[in-house]
Amino acid sequence: MHKIPITPIMKPSEGSMGSTGTWRIVKPVVQHDKCTYCLQCWLHCPESAIVRVDEERKIIIDYNYCKGCGICSDVCPVKAIIMVEE
Amino acid sequence: MLLEIRFHGRGGQGAVTAANMLVKAAWISGLWGQGFPFFGAERRGAPVAAFARISDKPIRIHCEIRSPSIVVVLDERLLTLVDVTKGLVPGGWIIANAKRRISEVLPKSKHYKRARVDATSVALSIGLVMAGWPIVNTAMLGALLKATGIMPIKSLISACMEEWSGKMGELNAQAATRAFNETVIEGD
Amino acid sequence: MSTIKILTGNYAVAWGVKLSRVKVIAAYPITPQTTIVEKIAEFVENGEMDAKYLMVESEHSAMAATIGASATGVRAFTATSSQGLLYMHEMVWWASAARLPIVMAVVMRALAPPWSIWNEHTDLMDQRDTGWLITLAENNQEVLDSIIMSYRISEHEDVLLPSIVGLDAFILSHTLEPVEIPGQDLIDEFLPPRPPKPFTLNPENPITHGGIVTPEYYMEFRYLIEKGMENARRLIVEVAKEYKNITGRWHGDLVDEYKCSDAKILIIVAGATAGTCKEAVDVLREKGFNVGVLRLRYIRPFPSSIVRERVSSVKSVVIIDRSYSFGGGGIIGADVASSIYGSNGGPLIHDYIAGLGGRDIGVREVERIVEETVRAMESGEKGIKTLWFDLKREVLE
Repeated sequence: MHKIPITPIMKPSEGSMGSTGTWRIVKPVVQHDKCTYCLQCWLHCPESAIVRVDEERKIIIDYNYCKGCGICSDVCPVKAIIMVEE
Repeated sequence: MLLEIRFHGRGGQGAVTAANMLVKAAWISGLWGQGFPFFGAERRGAPVAAFARISDKPIRIHCEIRSPSIVVVLDERLLTLVDVTKGLVPGGWIIANAKRRISEVLPKSKHYKRARVDATSVALSIGLVMAGWPIVNTAMLGALLKATGIMPIKSLISACMEEWSGKMGELNAQAATRAFNETVIEGD
Repeated sequence: MSTIKILTGNYAVAWGVKLSRVKVIAAYPITPQTTIVEKIAEFVENGEMDAKYLMVESEHSAMAATIGASATGVRAFTATSSQGLLYMHEMVWWASAARLPIVMAVVMRALAPPWSIWNEHTDLMDQRDTGWLITLAENNQEVLDSIIMSYRISEHEDVLLPSIVGLDAFILSHTLEPVEIPGQDLIDEFLPPRPPKPFTLNPENPITHGGIVTPEYYMEFRYLIEKGMENARRLIVEVAKEYKNITGRWHGDLVDEYKCSDAKILIIVAGATAGTCKEAVDVLREKGFNVGVLRLRYIRPFPSSIVRERVSSVKSVVIIDRSYSFGGGGIIGADVASSIYGSNGGPLIHDYIAGLGGRDIGVREVERIVEETVRAMESGEKGIKTLWFDLKREVLE
């Protein structure tokens, strides 16, 4: 039997492209006093690197996978996420 | 033996069904058959054609019928409206639903064998009418079998009873039988 | 118990689908295919078939829905013709490369403009590169039998490629012939429920089909389709034999030969016209012409080795092509010519398959291709040969 399947099949898995956290040149930082927990950043993050903590109505950024694209900062309606140099 | 038959009718008159019923009756008689419509769009009232092949062997040929040995005409006026003798082999049959002698309506039919029956009257008298039109196709098959003897009339009756359940089957079988009995072979 | 019914080619398709216990049918009507899907809808509606019939808004959607159904592991079917098939074309490619054993009936009809509803094979031939197995029937009995056999062949783990059963517009689709309908018990034994596949769609174990593959591996996936095609050559023969054992019927395997053994003139043809050619052969033989018919039952995989063998033993060949490739020529004609090339001399031709999916072809690769061909020529190789260039054998073994 050959080592590849007969048709390309992909299974969802964490960090299939490796630790994309190493790709960052700037990183998002959450100013929790401004955050309204609207979850726009959680919805838009292409790497699913925004972790929800519903009990505390707080978001945490998983820097192992956050590649620093800045989308979260861009979509935040109250400017609670700022991009800072690594 | 390979018989090629062409039916002339009007769209909605049942020429295609006639070809198909003949194939079914042939199978009941132990013969092979193939039935097909004129390939294309058909409109109610317009002159149309349908075709059948009957053989004592499986039929391999798959092409149009250009030289039939039998033509069946479902409407008297079609005798002069279309060239029903086109391609008809010498000595072939013209079998028509007609009140008058076929040779009177179409003088050149004298070169062929002829049989006629007033299938319209047969259909009307037994009440075989659909959407206002007398249904003459099964009656004309009765005439075809009477004239040519290619298979017994009881095969056609069985085919009618299998195809249509209840009264419709009986009426068609009755039309076929009456037309079979009333068919006139025209002498020269 | 088998029974005889007087059926049109289209109804023979519907009966084949019913006997194959297909679970999902998605189709859009088009002349002259319409009565296939009408009859199947009737079977589903009156409970004679335990299946889901999906109404879709186009042929593209019909194939997309059929693909989705087949990816969940059920037996799926669709049917189309002409313009509808061309509209579906994008999804036709998807089905084969996703390795889904769908069966599709194609009622072969000419393409517009000028508008035509009549028979020719170009619509079907336009699918010849898609990775589908393509068979053409000679009569309505073969239509029914081919639908059933196609599921067996397509679903085999060594093949896993979809199949098209082609039938000539009107000449078969609307022509009534006696057709033997095999007993359901017989077909249930011949064609058990579809074997499970390792990559079935299942919400409990989510997977994505058909994601992006970089130039690094794309060619290998294409090569694996070709392997499935090669395996199909063997399966087509085996399944035809097995079907004969249970039904007594033989329509041929990759080809169907009629009076070829002593023929000096060979007619090569596909589809219902082959029956007419066989009648003509009997007439011609009485006139002293030693003619035979080689009917191409399959055009994909193309029966190259049989064609080469038969053609090399005759003096002349007649090809009847009901299709055309503009600027190229008759389509079967080109495949026949390529099959027989080299049996009577000519230069060595190496046909390299290279650079699929973005794989780079540099000067060094071109040098290697030329050097390899020159070496083969010097060692006495002849004819035409297809070679997949620089495959990663290590992932294929």
